[in-house]
Amino acid sequence: MENLLRRLGARALLRFQSLGRATIIWIQAMGWIPTLSEWPLLIRQIYTIGVLSIVIISLSAFAIGAVISLQFYTQLSRFGAEDAVGAGLALVLLRELGPVVTGLLFAGRAGSAITAEIGLMKTTEQLSIMEMMGVDPLRRIVAPRLWGGIISMPLLTALFNMVAIYGGVVVGVQWLGADPGGFWSGMQSAVEPWEDVGQGMVKAVIFAIVVTWVAVFQGYDCEPTAEGMGLATTRTVVTSSVFILAIDFFLTLLMYGDF
Amino acid sequence: MIEVEDLCFVRGEKVIFDHLNLKIRRGAITAVMGPSGTGKTTLLRVIGGQLKPDSGRVLLNGRDVCTMSRDELFRARRDIGMLFQTSALFTDMNVFENVAFPMRVHTDLPEDTIRDLVLMKLNAVGLRGARDLKPSQLSGGMARRVALARAVALDPDLIMYDEPFTGQDPISMGVILTLVHDLNDALGTSTLLVSHDIHETVSIADYLFVIADGKVIGEGTPDQLREHPSRRIHQFMHGDPDGPVPFHYPADDFQFDLLSEAE
Repeated sequence: MENLLRRLGARALLRFQSLGRATIIWIQAMGWIPTLSEWPLLIRQIYTIGVLSIVIISLSAFAIGAVISLQFYTQLSRFGAEDAVGAGLALVLLRELGPVVTGLLFAGRAGSAITAEIGLMKTTEQLSIMEMMGVDPLRRIVAPRLWGGIISMPLLTALFNMVAIYGGVVVGVQWLGADPGGFWSGMQSAVEPWEDVGQGMVKAVIFAIVVTWVAVFQGYDCEPTAEGMGLATTRTVVTSSVFILAIDFFLTLLMYGDF
Repeated sequence: MIEVEDLCFVRGEKVIFDHLNLKIRRGAITAVMGPSGTGKTTLLRVIGGQLKPDSGRVLLNGRDVCTMSRDELFRARRDIGMLFQTSALFTDMNVFENVAFPMRVHTDLPEDTIRDLVLMKLNAVGLRGARDLKPSQLSGGMARRVALARAVALDPDLIMYDEPFTGQDPISMGVILTLVHDLNDALGTSTLLVSHDIHETVSIADYLFVIADGKVIGEGTPDQLREHPSRRIHQFMHGDPDGPVPFHYPADDFQFDLLSEAE
C-alpha cells in the first residue's frame, strides 16, 4: 500500500514537472516577437504547417460536407423539409465539425510532423549545438512553429467550412435536387455571424493553441532516442485529439448551453 | 580562462564528478582524457552551461557559468565554438548554410562577405567543393569537418572539441590536427579538447588532464604524463589492457553469469 502511494506520488510529481516545463516553454514561445530576420522562419512554418495541409483538409471537408448533406437530405425529405438541409449543414459545420475535424486532422498531419521534426533535432543534437552557438532554440525553432500553427489552423478551419459547404451543395443541390433557393436562404437565415461563425472560429483558435503547444512540447521534451521520438509523436496525436474533444464539450456548453 | 572548482555532478545513482578541479589556460591547447564513461563530454556541457552541476563553480573569464541567467549564458556562448561528437549539422541546411548560420545570426555582415568567409572556412577543411551538399550526403568524417568549419566560423575565444579525431582518414586527421593547432596559434584561441586518441592529442596538446572516477588523477605536459609514476596514468597513456583501470563495466563473476539461467 505504501509502495503504491509512493509510486502514485512520484508519477503525479512527474506529471506536474512536465506541465511546468510545458508552461514555461509556452510562455516563452508565445512572447516571441519576430525580428526582421526571423519573419522568414514564421512564413516558412505557415507554408509547411498550413499550406501543405490544404489538400488533406480540402479532401476531408468535401467528403464530410457531402455525407452530412446526404444524411440530412435523406431524413428531412421524409417530412418535406429539404430546405433545412443548408441550415443544418452550415450550423453543424460552423459550430462543431469545422473546428473539431480540422483540429483532429491538423494534429495528425501537422502536429505529428512538428513533434517528429523537433524530436529529431533534439536526438541529433541540433538543438544543443544551437544553444551552444548562443542561439535560443525556443526562439528559433519552437516559437515559429507554435505561431505558424496558431495562424494556420483557424485559416484551415475556414477553408474546411467553405469546402464542406461546397461538398454539401454538390450532393444536396446538384445531385439530389434540393431547391437551391431554399438551401441558401435557409442557411442565411439560420446562421448568426458571431454566434455561429465567430464562436466556431474561437474554438479553432483555442484548438490551434492546444495542438501546437502539445506538438512542440512533446518534440522538445522527448527522450532523444528513436523510441522516444516514436512515443512523443504518438502522444502528440493522442493527447491533442483527447484535448480537442474534451475542450470542445466544455466550450459548446459555455457558448451554446442554455442553463 | 576556465576554472573548474570543486565540481560535483551526479546523474541518478552515478557520481560523474566528485569535487573535480582543473584550470584551462588562455591561449593553450588543453586536453582532457580518460577512459570511456568518465564524463568528458559531460564536462564540456557543464562548462558550456548546458548542464547544471550539483555543486561547485565553473568560472569562464572570472564569471560563474552556473549562476548566469539564460540571456547571459547565450551571450557568453557567442564567444565559444563547439564541435560535438555527432557533428550535429542542421539537416535542413546544406553545407554552406550550416557554416554561414552563426555568421548570419550573430553578425550584420553583408552576404558577399559571409560568402567569402564561409568559402575560406570550408577551404581550410577541404570541403569548399561540397558546399551545396546536404548533411545526409556527407560521410561521417566529412560531416565532422563541416562541423569544425562551423565551430570556428566566428573565430571564437574558446573552442571546445569533443572527440574531433574520431572517424577521420589519415589525410583528414593530419589536416584537422594542423587546423586545431594553427587556429590556436594564429587567433590566440584557447582550446579545450576531449579525446581518446592519445597519439594525436599528445602531439598537439600543451597540457593534459586525465580524469577517472570523477577526479583528476593526473595532469601535466605530454612529456610529464608519459613519465608519470602512477600506474593508472601509465596504463592509459600506453593503452595497456591490464592495469588498475578496469576494462570491464562492473558485473557479476563471468563464470557465474554463464552458468546462471536465462531470465
